[in-house]
Amino acid sequence: MNHPIPPAVRVRSAVASRGGRPVLRGIDLTVEPGEVVALLGANGSGKSTTVKTVIGSVPLEQGTLELFGVPFAKFRAWHRIGYVPQRTTAASGVPATVREVVSTGRLPQHRLLPFRRRDRDAVDRALAAVGMLDRAGDGVADLSGGQQQRVLIARALVGSPDLLIMDEPMAGVDAASQQVLADTLRAEVARGASVLLVLHELGPLEPLIDRAVVLRDGCVAHDGPPVPNTGLHALPGHDHVHPHADHTPPRLLA
Amino acid sequence: MTEMLSYDFMQRALLAAVLVGITAPAVGIYLVQRRQALMGDGMGHVAMTGVGLGFIFQTSPVWMAVLVCVLGAVTMELVRSRGNQRGDIALAMLFYGGMACGKLLVSLSAQAGAGSLESYLWGSILTVAPADLAAIAALGAVVIAVTVGLRRQLFAICQDEDFARVTGLPVRTLNLLLAVMAAVTVTVAMRVVGLLLVSALMVVPVVAAQQLTRSFAATQAASIALGVVVSLAGVTGSYHLDVPSGPAIVLLAIAVFAVFSAIAAPLARRRHRAGADPGPRECDVQLPGRASSNTSDAGTPEGRAGLAQ
Repeated sequence: MNHPIPPAVRVRSAVASRGGRPVLRGIDLTVEPGEVVALLGANGSGKSTTVKTVIGSVPLEQGTLELFGVPFAKFRAWHRIGYVPQRTTAASGVPATVREVVSTGRLPQHRLLPFRRRDRDAVDRALAAVGMLDRAGDGVADLSGGQQQRVLIARALVGSPDLLIMDEPMAGVDAASQQVLADTLRAEVARGASVLLVLHELGPLEPLIDRAVVLRDGCVAHDGPPVPNTGLHALPGHDHVHPHADHTPPRLLA
Repeated sequence: MTEMLSYDFMQRALLAAVLVGITAPAVGIYLVQRRQALMGDGMGHVAMTGVGLGFIFQTSPVWMAVLVCVLGAVTMELVRSRGNQRGDIALAMLFYGGMACGKLLVSLSAQAGAGSLESYLWGSILTVAPADLAAIAALGAVVIAVTVGLRRQLFAICQDEDFARVTGLPVRTLNLLLAVMAAVTVTVAMRVVGLLLVSALMVVPVVAAQQLTRSFAATQAASIALGVVVSLAGVTGSYHLDVPSGPAIVLLAIAVFAVFSAIAAPLARRRHRAGADPGPRECDVQLPGRASSNTSDAGTPEGRAGLAQ
């Protein structure tokens, strides 16, 4: 039962609601070290809420959450986590350069101290990894959607995290950027990082994924090897009847 | 010019203008970044209750306004951070309640007179007393230390709050700190531009500066410089033309914004031309079957079919 290395994420019987509406009704989710787990499901199934509970922006009403074996309330090692939120733009009300946005990912390292040479080098490396180093001085608002997504991924990579959490990184991203993202993810996995991905469909990332967890109405409907063509489930008008929904889903890692 | 500087009250007025010109955009940039540009306006309304309480209890209206405004700002921040869907209604109640309460309290107080509230609504920079100046300087120093010293942290929480939380920043504490700094700035700027125009000095220099800048750091520096310039020019102009200083400063800032946004488009085009090859100006791709439709295509079967329809 004792893991030699604790899982990067361990969620047990998670119950959470948003705006008074129950969204998670007792979810179990584990991400082992070095494992790539895809979280799939229809709109409103609780994928994004699951990720938001893992990073602590939606509080758990019941259940437990451990990150790297540490209960969430005691967890302080935020430098081990890289987070890519779901969003349509990296821009805000005031212009900011690509470098300024990516530099915020370095805050767990330099904290209140000044931004130093090695922080700057880390930002350069992360930008180079997503192919955006030549745009470092440009405003994020001037980039395309796919390029902005690459900037947000660079921001998550800049601290060399042990766990990458990405909420729909492929949404609204052009083919060239999708390829860059897949390559970047492959390099991170090779480095030994664990990955928790929210996806609408497996798409070009499918070969990288070790395990798929499918949510339906706030419950886990499948937990096992990725089901081919899971992408069909995301299509509008698709009848969400899942082959694994009727019997107890196989749990690879209990 | 030297004649103007020989008056003590003008020296104090210009010093106060410089301090407010620095602090207001230094805080305002974060509100603009978060798309809460009108937040300062709301705080100005709430501060009126503080001024009213100062009149009733015969204490300094400035310190009472600081107290009430900080309480109001913390309330606004809590409403915002809970993401309540009725949040805007709660804020509306706070703003209108603050304004109505302020006027009511002033009218009940012993000093109730025609001009008593006026000087707080529109500012009265020429009556800044040495004690006022000391308070403005102390509060301004704190605001500048926080907003410039914690630039990276505050930038992160205003850029992307969820991401900032995952970097381990104390997001809630920083949000409250920012709200308190904004409240303090509103009351500091109250004497210079007045409660009704406070928000303008927090917002207009920032949006004017960002017409020409691409980075946050440059926007912050340029907006502070702009804030100082328009404040000094506004006070000087109001002395020479005998007009109130607050409206003069704000109209000047808006004029700068208009000029900057007029030159922003040609500047961006030139910047673009200097960069990579933008490609042809017009589309040079022709769709199959539509090429030069009114000449040769009429002879082909497809062309005839099209005409027949």
